[in-house]
Amino acid sequence: MKKVKTGMGRRSFIKNVSLAGGGLLIGFNWLACKRAAEENGEEVAMQMPDEWFELNGYLKIGDNGIITIYSPNPEIGQNVKTAMPMIVAEELDVDWNNVIVEQAPLNLDVFTRQLAGGSQSIRQGWEPLRMAGATAKQMLLSAAAKEWEVPVTELSVDKGIISHKASDRSIGYGEIAKAATKIEVPDEIELKDNSDFKIIGTSRKNVDAKKIVTGKPLYGLDIYEDDMLIAMIVQPPAFGMEFKSMDAAKAKEMPGIKDIFTIDTYPEDMEREWSDVAAFSKLVVVVGESTWQVMQAKKALNVEWDLNPDLTHQMQILEKSPGMEDTGGLENSDMHTALMSDAGPAKSEVVRKDGDPESAFSNAARVIERSYSCPFLAHNCMEPMNFYANVTDEKAELLGPIQTPEFAEKSVNKRLGFELDKIDVQMTRMGGGFGRRLYGNFLVEAAVISQKMKRPIKLVYTREDDMTNGVYRPAYRVSYRAAIDANNNITAFHVNAGGITESPLFANRFPAGAIDNYLAESWTIDSSISTGAFRAPRSNFIAGAEQSFLDELAEEVGKDPIQFRLDMLKRAKNDPVGEENDYDPARYAGVLELVRDKAGWNNGNSTSSKGVAAYYCHNSYVAQILEMDLKDNEPVIDRVTCAVDCGIVVNPDAAKNMVEGGTIDGIGHALYSELSFKDGGVQQNNFDSYRLIRHREAPKKIDVHFVENGIDPTGLGEPPFPPVQGALANALYKATGKRIYKQPFLPEINAESRELKT
Amino acid sequence: MAQFDLNINGKKHSVDVDPETPLLWVLRDNLKLVGTKYGCGIAQCGACTVHFNGSAVRSCQVPISAAQENEITTIEGLSENGDHPVQKAWLEHDVPQCGYCQAGQIMAATALLKNNPSPSDAEIEDVMNGNICRCGTYNRIKAAIKSASQTV
Ligand code: FES
Ligand code: FES
Repeated sequence: MKKVKTGMGRRSFIKNVSLAGGGLLIGFNWLACKRAAEENGEEVAMQMPDEWFELNGYLKIGDNGIITIYSPNPEIGQNVKTAMPMIVAEELDVDWNNVIVEQAPLNLDVFTRQLAGGSQSIRQGWEPLRMAGATAKQMLLSAAAKEWEVPVTELSVDKGIISHKASDRSIGYGEIAKAATKIEVPDEIELKDNSDFKIIGTSRKNVDAKKIVTGKPLYGLDIYEDDMLIAMIVQPPAFGMEFKSMDAAKAKEMPGIKDIFTIDTYPEDMEREWSDVAAFSKLVVVVGESTWQVMQAKKALNVEWDLNPDLTHQMQILEKSPGMEDTGGLENSDMHTALMSDAGPAKSEVVRKDGDPESAFSNAARVIERSYSCPFLAHNCMEPMNFYANVTDEKAELLGPIQTPEFAEKSVNKRLGFELDKIDVQMTRMGGGFGRRLYGNFLVEAAVISQKMKRPIKLVYTREDDMTNGVYRPAYRVSYRAAIDANNNITAFHVNAGGITESPLFANRFPAGAIDNYLAESWTIDSSISTGAFRAPRSNFIAGAEQSFLDELAEEVGKDPIQFRLDMLKRAKNDPVGEENDYDPARYAGVLELVRDKAGWNNGNSTSSKGVAAYYCHNSYVAQILEMDLKDNEPVIDRVTCAVDCGIVVNPDAAKNMVEGGTIDGIGHALYSELSFKDGGVQQNNFDSYRLIRHREAPKKIDVHFVENGIDPTGLGEPPFPPVQGALANALYKATGKRIYKQPFLPEINAESRELKT
Repeated sequence: MAQFDLNINGKKHSVDVDPETPLLWVLRDNLKLVGTKYGCGIAQCGACTVHFNGSAVRSCQVPISAAQENEITTIEGLSENGDHPVQKAWLEHDVPQCGYCQAGQIMAATALLKNNPSPSDAEIEDVMNGNICRCGTYNRIKAAIKSASQTV
């Protein structure tokens, strides 16, 4: 058992959620209440308790032993709404079948880091969630000990029943919960040993599954409140343009239309949060009674737009490398390609240098140099951007899909001037996130529109609005150079990476640390196009590029690609170069060895073309082997074998689902997806022109294997996405004899493939 | 605006809307049957799939004037207690990630199994190809359809 300080004063810890809700809850009872057992599809008759007792902000216990656990973080499909409460339930020692899960509202008095990003929910929630469960358990035990006048050390718990063996007494949590509320919050508590876990490490079904398969309202778009109007936006047709004037007379007369006006989401003097990214701040807004009516009025509007050559937008997440001249104005994909090809040599900053790469290159027997690039991507969450807002003079109620509720609340505070305690932000289940909903411009827009209309409104983006008003995955480019000596040793490695508008470089990741002479450089180009985080930011491109280059190097020096990587990792482990390396070579090698064995890499029976890749990001390690054949010049993927080291796996079957999804998503974006620009305008605005992977194109089989090492859990939502792109590129090379340097891959192997096949 | 009499999930409804209004938006905005989802509005994603006299159709493409007097089933009407074999198979395989596409997938899958009670992998892929899952749950969808095919 591990003793930990709770470090929580009674005041901060005990503040309860109903208080945090501030009584602002409107008619959203459909967001709440789900008995975990219902997951199996069995109807479980559940007696609701007469009284609830809150032991801390994470949970409450009913007088009949039913437990409500609040899931603090936004649910975007990564299944934290099941996994986070599982962790609390584990330490609380209750029967999972007696647990109801509710999505917690934003409440920073109780919860830390209510954010869906960086695959950090479980990793960073691990200790607080365990502590919440263990603290409550301790209080329940103390209350029972007090009542029975026995030492607490003589008590044991199983599934929410406390027993005292010596006197043959037992009592349920529900019966002692009231007394437990009077117990001081302990300063120190004991956490379970991993070997005592009963819930963690066992597969539990998605707590919302029954609602999902029966079509119950769950998502922001499903909100229909009394008195609510529908709002939609009209935005400039191109990046680099802005609103000039409009003639709304005809549209205003159309049936159901209530008003048409412009808003400025982020006035120039407003201090923006990092999440306030929006290329188009001034928007036309149409408000009406129904979605279809508003869609029709949008089409009938006459809006004139102006060129604004000064509009540029910068990524606000990272420290920027020295920028190129702003491109600004109306940009084209051809121009992006040309700018990126020129940028490397012209304007790079050295981020890391080991040894003497210059001499190593000049003394090399041969030098291999390759460049890789990828286009912008749109997130394309299945549920387009939307938000419900009800802003009155007194308060602002906001409900919907948002990955960063804390920042959204601050943005509303700055934009509307409301005090934070008058702003209530609640999260619905989200129809995907992928990073797009980190940027809450649509939430601020909804708040501004509701304030102006003095009515509750739901802002809805059409698919076209969503795809053409994005915060896109940047376009990236990377060039690699490797020096090889006469004995086929890699003596120097040079990576030069950049993008519009950020660099994908991770200078301290593998193969840094494995090569004596190493140089990493970075550059960026500004743009009028808004860009931001997309599932596994930066890794989502550079992993595939790096793993393709390593594959080519392995072939060049005549080594098996897995052995080649393992040899480099051995070097990084035994005699690392530099001190800043941010990966563990042993865990890295571990997933490669596991995937090699599980996929039967060395058994030569299979006739399909195989590619391998491995990558470290979001604190986790993933290796994948992809096997494919070509049919009519299109890849048919037979199997992907995945080996994953993310430490303890909280909910194994759901974790498998996530790895399967990440694998398919990675393959799909690398093969098919592209967002291109012409005169500042996005060339793809719906799924007829923007190609996403479909059923027929998914791998026939995905095998997932987790490393069991008992290490505290790390990220899982993002890590399976990046490496599979490298495994795919390497398998495609085996199948076609052609190395691919540009995403999307499919047009590179099959020029006719650009058309969409449905 | 005009009056339309509808038969949805075995119940009669009457709505007063523009005849061009897609069934999708009548279901959602007027009848608050929000299980049928909007994903693209142009027949590309399948999120809006419902049954129209027993066949799977994209409700974003059906003007309400064409929906009159026809039997329409949405995800809410697929079974009384959410226990249709396809729904049960979906739970058994814990298919959903974000879940947004799944009502459409389930409606497409039930129509498929009605016409072809034991589809091959290729047949499943062909029929389901019109339903996008952005989260990539395709393999579980296929597994769930195969499980359900043994019970329907
Ligand atoms: S919304 Fe109808 S097919 Fe996409
Ligand atoms: S589960 Fe998210 S789109 Fe299918």
